[in-house]
Amino acid sequence: MHWQVIIPLLLFLVIIFGIGIWANKQVRTSNSFMQEYFLGGREMGGFIFAMTMMATYGSASSFIGGPGVAYNTGLGWVLLAMAQLPAGYFALMVLGKKFAIVSRRIEAITLIDFLKKRYDSNIIIILSALSIIVFLFASMTAQWVGGARLIESLTGLNYTSALLIFAASVLVYVIIGGFRAVALTDAVQGTIMIIGTVILLIGTVIAGGGVENIMQNLVAENPKLVSPFGAEGNLTPLYVSTFWILIGLGVIGLPQIAVRTMSYKDAKSLHRAILIGTIGIGTIMFGMHLIGVFARSVVPGIEIGDKVMPIVTLEVLPPLLAGIVLAAPMAAIMSTVNALLILVSSTVVKDIYLNFINPKATEQQIKKRSYWVTTTIGLAVVIFALNPPEFLIWLNLFAFGGLESAFLWSVVFGLYWKKANKYGAISSMIVGLTLYIAIDRLSPHVFGMHTVTLPIVVSFFTFILVSLTTHKVKKLEEFHF
Amino acid sequence: MIHVQDKRFKVANKEALIGVGLVVINFAIWFGFAYGLGSGDPLEYRYVFGFPAWFFYSCMAGTVFMIVCIWLAMKLFFKDISLEEEDEQK
Repeated sequence: MHWQVIIPLLLFLVIIFGIGIWANKQVRTSNSFMQEYFLGGREMGGFIFAMTMMATYGSASSFIGGPGVAYNTGLGWVLLAMAQLPAGYFALMVLGKKFAIVSRRIEAITLIDFLKKRYDSNIIIILSALSIIVFLFASMTAQWVGGARLIESLTGLNYTSALLIFAASVLVYVIIGGFRAVALTDAVQGTIMIIGTVILLIGTVIAGGGVENIMQNLVAENPKLVSPFGAEGNLTPLYVSTFWILIGLGVIGLPQIAVRTMSYKDAKSLHRAILIGTIGIGTIMFGMHLIGVFARSVVPGIEIGDKVMPIVTLEVLPPLLAGIVLAAPMAAIMSTVNALLILVSSTVVKDIYLNFINPKATEQQIKKRSYWVTTTIGLAVVIFALNPPEFLIWLNLFAFGGLESAFLWSVVFGLYWKKANKYGAISSMIVGLTLYIAIDRLSPHVFGMHTVTLPIVVSFFTFILVSLTTHKVKKLEEFHF
Repeated sequence: MIHVQDKRFKVANKEALIGVGLVVINFAIWFGFAYGLGSGDPLEYRYVFGFPAWFFYSCMAGTVFMIVCIWLAMKLFFKDISLEEEDEQK
């Protein structure tokens, strides 16, 4: 046990906990439980808004998996990671004001609320709710496994106790505090992610004897490590470029991101968030992946990619600083899980329970159900994470692209194209999802592109074709344009 | 209560297009420098501040340039409009 490392981590947990308890007060005194619990009363200011976008987006893979791959691939992987820069501004600029205005007007609380009002179709509600629940459940489980493994390797606790400690701390503040707790803890977690990245990057450069020295070592080992094509030469420009669709542009279609663009306070907050968010995402993605590459020269010979980041941290930093830096991946994992948890729970309560099971539920009933549903989902994830089944791991790898294939065009066209209708939306969702699953199963990297490329392109044309051919007299809902 | 073409949507649409424009610029810089300067033999790379030139311009200078562009776009083009309903009916 490295106590000097563990103390900052514990301190971090205590602060996060405190925020949850404070947010719970707001939930108890608020006059609209649902607006408060699932959207934090639409009161987020610029900084918190930026941090919650960034923290939700930056996950275990940015801090653990990504640096590990960069360690083995070299600078080409940092280039690929920088395709994520638009995630900081593109989604906010495109969805931005329009989504916020429309969702306030129709009092939407979830992404599905918006789709329901826009397309007026039960099939869309069911399809969307199913994709959200299935994919995000899988993502949560995977994040949790990552978090438990991290605590396991730092503290020497066994996997199960590590998981339970981690899960209990996240569950409590999300269940009692709702979205406000999620956003506020995201702000703390996001800040720690940025600070941790910068400290570790500086520490690694110093330990490696300067950038020039590190580069020379890399070139001496394998010159391709410093090329954009990767150590094996297998990162082709086309393949790397299509990552822009998955991790930069398609982010608009991720429900956990879309729902955030409903919850900020005013236009000023949006402007500030776009700038802060881009700087934050740029720093983290650039820093963490570059650290992974540098680590190859500083601590050579690490076999397991996922251990690169913790090993480097313990190696190049004094214990107390290492504790602060290692809080960063924990923060990344917690902030992703908490966002998904509140989102899945809002899907179950608002989109399924209120739509199909009990439309006349009273405020008190909704409150009870929400706490209950959030708790159940949280516990179910813990149980699955204890011994993660094969299909969940597969689904998790899948979740990002799957959600984008399902939602991207329904959201974008729903906002910006008058002629978009429910037939177009349904068919593009089905085509996108089916094609994505088929390509993933049969032959990933069709024509050397990332799996998500074709489904997104094909569902785009499907949407337009079907909408145009079924565009009859259907009157337009007056609030959209 | 019929809302005729909400004026705020004009602003929102324009800003969404600016977002698309910025991404196109971002991609061009990123792609152009990376493969324009990085396609040759790695042993003959030029270095800037210790980094291979392609990497410095594509991933570092390009990112800073984008952040400046975004800041400028916010200052020059993005409008501070109300998101609430009440204001619009006044």
